[in-house]
Amino acid sequence: MTASNKHIIKTSNLTIGYSTKKKVTTIASNLNINLEAGNLVCLLGENGIGKSTLLRTLTKVQPALNGAIFIEETNLKDLSNLDLSKKLSLVLTEKLPESSLTVFELVALGRQPYTNWIGQLSTKDVEIIQLALKQTNTLHLTNAKYYELSDGQLQKVLIARALAQNTSIIILDEPTAHLDIHHTIETFTLLKELATKFGKTIIISTHEINLALQLADELWLMTSQGLTSGKTSKLIETNQLNSLFNSELIHFDKSLKQFTISKSK
Amino acid sequence: MILKQKNYHKTFIYLAISLVIFFILNVSLGSVFIPLKQIIIALFDGKIENEAWKTIVLNYRLPKAITAIIVGSGLSISGLLMQTLFRNPLAGPFVLGISSGASLGVAILILGASFLGINTLAFAFSNWGLALAASLGSFLVLSAVLLAAIKVRNTMSILIIGLMFGSLTAALISVLAYFSSASQLQQYLFWSFGSLGNLSWKEIGALFTIFCLGVFLVIFIIKPLNSLLLGENYAKSLGVNIKLTRNITLISTSLLTGVITAFSGPIAFIGLAVPHLTKLLFKTSNHKILIPAVAISGAIIMLICDSIAQLPNSEYTLPINAITSLFGAPIIIWLLIRKRKIY
Repeated sequence: MTASNKHIIKTSNLTIGYSTKKKVTTIASNLNINLEAGNLVCLLGENGIGKSTLLRTLTKVQPALNGAIFIEETNLKDLSNLDLSKKLSLVLTEKLPESSLTVFELVALGRQPYTNWIGQLSTKDVEIIQLALKQTNTLHLTNAKYYELSDGQLQKVLIARALAQNTSIIILDEPTAHLDIHHTIETFTLLKELATKFGKTIIISTHEINLALQLADELWLMTSQGLTSGKTSKLIETNQLNSLFNSELIHFDKSLKQFTISKSK
Repeated sequence: MILKQKNYHKTFIYLAISLVIFFILNVSLGSVFIPLKQIIIALFDGKIENEAWKTIVLNYRLPKAITAIIVGSGLSISGLLMQTLFRNPLAGPFVLGISSGASLGVAILILGASFLGINTLAFAFSNWGLALAASLGSFLVLSAVLLAAIKVRNTMSILIIGLMFGSLTAALISVLAYFSSASQLQQYLFWSFGSLGNLSWKEIGALFTIFCLGVFLVIFIIKPLNSLLLGENYAKSLGVNIKLTRNITLISTSLLTGVITAFSGPIAFIGLAVPHLTKLLFKTSNHKILIPAVAISGAIIMLICDSIAQLPNSEYTLPINAITSLFGAPIIIWLLIRKRKIY
């Protein structure tokens, strides 16, 4: 790694958690991340370990308790919402509020950081929206209402919205949680393609460990000890994955490159 | 791939034509029969056979029709803003207790005059006093509901909190009423029936000025309101200043609801029902289309309600509030039953 290699996301001694007037709840501390552009990253960890909290902190939804986050070498604290919206886009797990938005209108909302005060779309904006729909293979859905879509289609449309936002980073919180295996694989390969073909930096929190092992360039393993990050192959090599689950039920099989059920002794 | 650009021009033209028709219909109906031709002549200030007719049309019916338009538009826009801000299809100025807040402001002014003593009474009778008190009242309740809404994310809870605030203000009004004189009570009661008449041209000017101010503010939040359709987190990730958007919505809604309630009394269901009917007609959630559409539809429906309240060719006028409830409540029930979802 040369010094000129820019870190697209970097954290130094980051502490995440929640603070209220009464008390401070620390979820994880001393998180150090150095991520280079164009990678597909999968964030793995047990339920409740703090994956969502980490993503919420990285995306400025909630403040860091301590330490600093740098997005494209700028401190997150110094970025306004609008600045950040041109660098980082989101795909969330939360249900969309009821509305009669069409797929086109939904994806078009991704252009908001670039449009004028009343949100007028230029010809260029429309081209970018159509390109995003094409890249996610959802162009045929353009005029459908979003509530008519299946879960798999909606997920692709939400990814199209993030693409239309034209950011170098896309962060997705459990994007395949409601999908069957076909649509899960489809979503993952789509994201992989976006990373390799278009140099997007994509961070996914997921429980699809086997897919992550096959497709991710880098893994972030979150355990109660903290965060281990590294190239997927290296983490497999050094057997780091074994520490992911604090359980005697399963273990990581290095030769099979997957988790297997431990045989009872 | 052809992008189906929906053309809303046609629907807008139909709406505008309906507005003109119902406006003329509204002006031509009343306790005294005046031929349509004479009304149109009177409106354009031509020579009319009967001076009395001219006075009736220009000083009574025309101000009332214009008030109906402002009231219908303003309440409907308020309702639409509430529905988007609270992510709740059942939100509206009446449901969330904002109209009750305005009522409380007015009640304190009219009924509480004896507590506050002396000159408030003279102030209360000036409509500016009413407008100020009502706007403050609605602003207060809306802020309280909004504070609760930030803490409580569940939309059903927010509705219940709004209803509770409505009950609280109603209780406070009852306490005030208990200690008030009969004449004060009567004055408050008549105000609470709602009335579109009785406004002088000067008062309509005041109403119109504040209405314009409220609507002017709304124009600047059309874009962030659209992104709020995806929820607050997405809106924030799109660079929206949520706090500012919320505050502008808060101010413009309390201005609109407050001043309208002050001049015409609390009017139920317009703010809740009209946005739904409009969304049904236009099949869009885009605020750039919806805001003007809701404004025109609200005006039309208010004109119709007022025409019915007139009980054409009779001497009686029904309370406008009763008519809007008779019209609005069944529509909401019908919408809930007919479609599983309402947006």
